[in-house]
Amino acid sequence: MKLIISNISGIPIYEQIKQQVKSAIMSGDLQADETLPSLRTLAKELKISVLTVTRAYTELEQEGFVKNIQGRGCFVLGQGSELLREQLICKIENNLSEAISAARVANLSEEELHHLLSILMEEKTDE
Amino acid sequence: MNDYLEVRNLSKSFEGFQLHNITFTLPKGYIMGLIGPNGSGKTTTIKLILNMLKRTSGEVKILGFDNIASEQEAKRNLGVVFDSNYFSDEWKISQVEKSVSAFYENWNTQKFSETLKRFHIQPSKKVKELSKGMQMKLMLACAFSYDAKLLILDEPTSGLDPVSRDELLHILSEYIEDGEHSVLFSTHITGDLERAADYITYISYGELFFSGGKDEFIDSFRIVKGGCEELSTDLGKKMLGIRNFSTGFEALVKTEDLKQFAHLNVEPATIDDIVVFTSKRGEQYE
Repeated sequence: MKLIISNISGIPIYEQIKQQVKSAIMSGDLQADETLPSLRTLAKELKISVLTVTRAYTELEQEGFVKNIQGRGCFVLGQGSELLREQLICKIENNLSEAISAARVANLSEEELHHLLSILMEEKTDE
Repeated sequence: MNDYLEVRNLSKSFEGFQLHNITFTLPKGYIMGLIGPNGSGKTTTIKLILNMLKRTSGEVKILGFDNIASEQEAKRNLGVVFDSNYFSDEWKISQVEKSVSAFYENWNTQKFSETLKRFHIQPSKKVKELSKGMQMKLMLACAFSYDAKLLILDEPTSGLDPVSRDELLHILSEYIEDGEHSVLFSTHITGDLERAADYITYISYGELFFSGGKDEFIDSFRIVKGGCEELSTDLGKKMLGIRNFSTGFEALVKTEDLKQFAHLNVEPATIDDIVVFTSKRGEQYE
């Protein structure tokens, strides 16, 4: 798994670790039951504080992506990618609801809204 | 034994300087940075921990042992690195080993020669022939050879070039990797701590300003910037330190007060920012 830390991104280091672990789970780079790098080794290699890595791993556990087992390591949970997908679908739903509300205010018909979505999707595939 | 170093209400009075009620603990397995401007009491604190100065009051425990009542037991587990080496200049490395190992029952000769090799120190050299970085590594090699559990370093990076500083930080993070060793590290080169330290203890004018997690420390402060007309007396009262210039100002504020500064440019603060602004004691400076 690739894990690198940017010093100029402005994103806290623990958050950078979390994001990269999550995207590795999503892309299948990290499979269920695989272990994350050992906490203290990762801290040493990335030259960051042990507490920073601890925070990242603890929050990943609270969010249901990994399981910390004392003395054995930090394991990727099976439902990790499922969970991420759920979170993304939830985000899509929220954004779409917002679009619908805006469309109502603007008096846009359902048809026009569908049309708008198709156009936008085509533009995205072109990119 | 979870706390490798416990300092409680440590005080020392000199003429013209007072170290007042310093309290902090360093758990095992972590690196703590001891910071503060020159003359704030960092070295005094370290000398009191090492019993090189007589404390006025307070308590110090090293791996649970009182640093005065059980000095021998406390120091058996302790490794110390100073800014300048404490060996005789004329000694060869072998004489260094001979004299240091005499004090430690568990001295490991093999470990010593392995560590020298790893640090690229030639055993045939004399102490005075070693560079500053090498002398520091020699002190570390000694501490590793009797398996010191707690390392105390006083300004170890001040005379080092960036390569040696990076090496030192790497050696320290390797040292604590197994979770059984801790490091207390005084420095005013805070960039060294920005990443590697787990805890920060900040002493200012002989008083404890903060002791706790580094991330928490950095996150409790923000830098705000704005134009001169955006500065009001009320806002000024909430600022911990401010620098005015002809086209605007920048100031250090507490993150919890951030709401009042939302209209300004807000940036994360570095350890240096926090030390510089708080050391001005709210005075304005140009």
